[in-house]
Amino acid sequence: MRLAAQIIKEMLVNIFDEQTRLSFIGPPLLQLCLLSYAATMEVRNVDIAVFNEDAGRASHELVERIGAASFVGDVVAVDRAETISRLVDHRDVLVGIHIAADFSRDVAAGRPASVQVLIDGRRGNSGQIALSYLQNIAKDYGAELSGSGSGGMPQTEIRNWFNENLIYLWFVIPGMAGILVMFTTLVVTALSIAKEREQGTFDQLLVSPSSPMEIVIAKSMPAFVIAIGQAALMITVGALVFDIPLAGSIPLLFLAVVLFGFSLVGIGLMLSAICETQQQAILSVFAVGYPMIMISGFATPVENMPDWLQTIAEGSPLKHFLVIIQGSFTKAMPPLEIFANAWPMVVIGIITLSLAMVIVKRKLQ
Amino acid sequence: MSGMGFSVRRLGGLVYKESLQVLRDPSAILVTFALPTVLMLVFAFALSLDQRNVPIGVVLESDGADAHELAAAFSGTRFFEVTPARDRREVAELVVSGKLKGFVVIPQDFDERLKEASRGSLVQVITDGSQPNTASFVGTYASGVVATWVAHRDGARAPAISLEPRFWFNPELNSRHFLIPGAIAIIMTLIGTLLTAMVVAREWERGTMEAVMSTPATVLEILLGKLVPYFGLGLIATFGCAMLATHAFGVPMRGSYFALFILSSAFLVPSLGQGLLISASSHSQLVASQLAAQTGFLPAFMLSGFLFEIGNMPGWLQTLTYLIPARYFVASLQTVFLTGDVWAQFIPNILAMLAVGAGFFLLVARNTHKSMDT
Repeated sequence: MRLAAQIIKEMLVNIFDEQTRLSFIGPPLLQLCLLSYAATMEVRNVDIAVFNEDAGRASHELVERIGAASFVGDVVAVDRAETISRLVDHRDVLVGIHIAADFSRDVAAGRPASVQVLIDGRRGNSGQIALSYLQNIAKDYGAELSGSGSGGMPQTEIRNWFNENLIYLWFVIPGMAGILVMFTTLVVTALSIAKEREQGTFDQLLVSPSSPMEIVIAKSMPAFVIAIGQAALMITVGALVFDIPLAGSIPLLFLAVVLFGFSLVGIGLMLSAICETQQQAILSVFAVGYPMIMISGFATPVENMPDWLQTIAEGSPLKHFLVIIQGSFTKAMPPLEIFANAWPMVVIGIITLSLAMVIVKRKLQ
Repeated sequence: MSGMGFSVRRLGGLVYKESLQVLRDPSAILVTFALPTVLMLVFAFALSLDQRNVPIGVVLESDGADAHELAAAFSGTRFFEVTPARDRREVAELVVSGKLKGFVVIPQDFDERLKEASRGSLVQVITDGSQPNTASFVGTYASGVVATWVAHRDGARAPAISLEPRFWFNPELNSRHFLIPGAIAIIMTLIGTLLTAMVVAREWERGTMEAVMSTPATVLEILLGKLVPYFGLGLIATFGCAMLATHAFGVPMRGSYFALFILSSAFLVPSLGQGLLISASSHSQLVASQLAAQTGFLPAFMLSGFLFEIGNMPGWLQTLTYLIPARYFVASLQTVFLTGDVWAQFIPNILAMLAVGAGFFLLVARNTHKSMDT
């Protein structure tokens, strides 16, 4: 009874305040829709500078084919090698191509002809991908010229399961949803106890008959509700607005959302119990939250990280949640695999909540 | 509030007062030194675009010598870590569960296909499209392995046209070399914006802002007084990050520290301005910190070109990136570290950062007046 009253009070304070409530719905949704479009590693609109010293037909044909390729933006013809270096230096172009005067002669004589390609290493990732496209163009054209064409039949047939056209949004939206839910939940819980302490109302809790357990449970309820609500909203938007196939089991995904919320609330309350002021609480959220994004596999794959960091990543609920949510959109990850990523979240939640309780108890005495 | 006008002496006093306050606040020191260090370490170790040892399956349906040789070629490359299989059903499950990122099928009639090009493609590659980036990596490199193997077997005739690629500024293509300078920009966005937003919002929340406002000091003096110490902290933090980048992570420093100083100073203007604007429009620490995270860190992370190339984004989103100060800072930092002092690139970037900053300060001025009237 006492617990119920306390939960109602926390809900009233946290969820029914207009400005606060709006900040849980509008901005995260806007971000989900806006920022997700940014996360693509496809390479498009590559600007290329070409210095063609060769007057022959072969080089013009090559340049024309490059210009017509779908990944290329502007092709800038220049008349000096220095201009290429200047354009690359200033980041005006990603790639510079230098065709020497004897290119067409070499091609006509059947000698191997080479082309210099300069790539901006500051943008090494896009540069590498652009280079592989350019190499395909050169290979195809070269094969045509020497008549040894592979008959147009590709040696490898590639099929992408679950996401045939490799639509990046299908990967990014679930990941962004996890990140945004994590931040809201952490901030709300981290502030809960710290706010009472800063405003001096924590002393009133001290003299109330509530036990530390009741305080912690009541304090965690609003954030828990917000986490589940926000996640449900974002999953719905992903499935209905962005048309991402939701192939996995919805009950299992919901279970994962609940456990994710539980572990986040645990982390947030632990931070809140440790911190003396709201400012410290918020800073601690960022100090914990941003590293969790980095090691979650959202930006770059977990497998690229050193082993010790992969071990640390196991302690981040976001990493486990992303595996489950990305395994539930587009494909139906087997339940066993979902459970393998679900139980760590339970463990994280239990450990952090117990710590929060211990700290609150110590401060109550 | 009459008899205002700008007073340098009063500003000096305010700067002194605020600096003392910052120095006494352990969390400010923590944010300037501890947080950037931790974040630099995490960014540097966690973010890597250098894929290798991607786990794939190789299904060998054929028993021919050539098929075995091709399978061995897959095992031999450092790009893949191969799980061999005889039946595609064995590995298909592992792809669904995410343990493998794809698999290669060398079909039963591989030897015949190799003899007659008309019988269709040699091998089939299946990728896990739920991770598009890794999927395209698997597709591209698997095709590469096959192409190289075929060319080698056919007696490696030099291709008619070959490209000689050279990667400038980063010849060994270490992704850390361009990610770490970008990371500094992201970390500075977080620190500049978040710290300012929270500190000023706290003053509003506690009512101490009104107390300062009632003194003869002008709004401009008060706000500048608040910002100058954070400006200093921001510069120190940038310098610390740069030291970590060059000394701990081996990022070259081909430009000058003077250029780094100028660029960082220019960047701190919009960064602090944004924080101030957030705190002026919401006088609560909770909302201010939410807004700072949502308008500061995440847009900088996603829209600055630090990880995701701006040129690849949809046009309307590219337009939006012009409003993100980190966009200019990331590009400039990558140049300072890897290329050198390219002032022709820096000056437009500096002007853009100052312009965005000026926009923020104008909005702050409008907002602050309003809240004092009511």
